[in-house]
Amino acid sequence: MTKIRLPLALLSLFALTACSAPPGTWGWYVIDPSTPAGWTNITFLLRGFSATIQISVLAAVASIIIGLLVALPAFARSRWLRLPNRIYVEFIRAIPLLPMLFWVFYGLPVVLRSIGLDVNIDPFWGAVITLAVSDSAFTAEIFRSGIQAVPRGQAEAAQTIGLTRAQAMRYVILPQAVRRILPPLANQFIYIVKMSAFASVIGMAELTRRANELVVTEYRPLEIYTLLILEYLVLVLIISAGVRWLERKMNADESR
Amino acid sequence: MANINQGKHAVTMAQVSKWYDDFQVLRDITLTVDHGEKLVICGPSGSGKSTVVRLLAGLETHQEGTIKLYGQPVDAQGRGDVGMVFQQFNLFPHLSVLDNLILGPMRALGMPRQEARDRAMAYLERVRIPEQAGKRPGQLSGGQQQRVAIARSLCMDPKLMLFDEPTSALDPEMIAEVLDVMEDLARDGMTMICVTHEMGFARRVADRIAFMDAGEMVEVDPPEIAFSAPKSARFAQFLDKILKH
Ligand SMILES: Nc1ncnc2c1ncn2[C@@H]1O[C@H](COP(=O)(O)OP(=O)(O)OP(=O)(O)O)[C@@H](O)[C@H]1O
Ligand SMILES: [Mg+2]
Repeated sequence: MTKIRLPLALLSLFALTACSAPPGTWGWYVIDPSTPAGWTNITFLLRGFSATIQISVLAAVASIIIGLLVALPAFARSRWLRLPNRIYVEFIRAIPLLPMLFWVFYGLPVVLRSIGLDVNIDPFWGAVITLAVSDSAFTAEIFRSGIQAVPRGQAEAAQTIGLTRAQAMRYVILPQAVRRILPPLANQFIYIVKMSAFASVIGMAELTRRANELVVTEYRPLEIYTLLILEYLVLVLIISAGVRWLERKMNADESR
Repeated sequence: MANINQGKHAVTMAQVSKWYDDFQVLRDITLTVDHGEKLVICGPSGSGKSTVVRLLAGLETHQEGTIKLYGQPVDAQGRGDVGMVFQQFNLFPHLSVLDNLILGPMRALGMPRQEARDRAMAYLERVRIPEQAGKRPGQLSGGQQQRVAIARSLCMDPKLMLFDEPTSALDPEMIAEVLDVMEDLARDGMTMICVTHEMGFARRVADRIAFMDAGEMVEVDPPEIAFSAPKSARFAQFLDKILKH
């Protein structure tokens, strides 16, 4: 599937833009690696991968950890322990990403300074924190529904062989929930990669920021943004392929 | 309630009532089970049989009355002291048969892995499937899975074993292999409470047969009486119906 999808997507993108364009519309020289100027430009753009990938991976890992911590109290017996879970999920889910990014980058340092913490939040960590927190509400819900989908008899059997609720969660429920959780979690990772483009507005030199900067100097938005879209496409396709590989591996493990 | 003597009986239920919202599932259940006794519970669907054993297993709570196991409340029992075998087996599908068996002893009892494995293998011998130790539950037949489930409970060295329709989800040819294992267990002196409609098993194994209907414990008789001269018309009718099949 992956093997035909990438060329197909590239092709249709080119077809769509190229066919309808009168001569002279395209100016690929701007990123033509065979010319010195084009080479400089394209390496400038591609270096954005590093920041985009680092931000996305760190945010995804943090989101999974926060999400799990937020999800587990949802299974507490006490209503008071379940309440913070609901509040966190509903509240965080309601905040659009961009305002949250501004708040974290410009507002949070002020809050921290007011309580005596002289911490500067740079664009990189501002983006990681925002993406992680924003995404964690969704991750928490994915964990919750994945855990809830494990049949009740599993927890009951665990209880009758003397496991505590925490042990049942760790050894019986979570391992079974993982296979239900993984596909939606991968979708969230793709979402994070795409949303990391917002980091450009607080000055993080990731893929989108670099494209913007080059457009400003070269006046070639069509070529540069086309390349930008392809850059994200490649990232996302690699992630999907990785997830499918993992799923196959887990299925093979299960029927072993 | 005065007759609850410390540990004199394995199970003592006194005037136990339970509701789901305003639907009463159990009405004034009073029942004692002696050490080593085998009690079979039968009755029509929805009569509350599962609810009774689930209460004893600590999987449900009740609103009125007292339940004591060995003179102590249900939630004061040792870890794994009350074994439970479910209609749907409820084996852990992500673990091998052996890992299903050693999980409780290792995590709940803190037993070293090697000792837990030795014990697990001994019980797999007893339920006659030691050769399946490395397989996943999904690769076994229903009868084999249920025997693994029994072995898994036995690995916790329980004082009391509860069975909730252990053969109802099985194809006819597999019922016998599970009942055989249960009869072995009964012969070894295990205290057993078994919800089942296998009347042949009841006749061979049960010390007493309890009949439930609409949340009530209608009567509890030795099998000779139950099968020849049940006291209530409801029990007679019920036996008539299931013995015909
Ligand atoms: N969680 C629940 N919420 C509401 N009602 C319930 C619940 N569990 C059981 N009941 C009801 O309680 C009654 C007794 O249920 P129980 O499972 O104990 O019956 P049973 O005798 O085991 O029946 P069966 O032979 O079908 O297994 C039934 O009417 C059932 O619908
Ligand atoms: Mg039942």
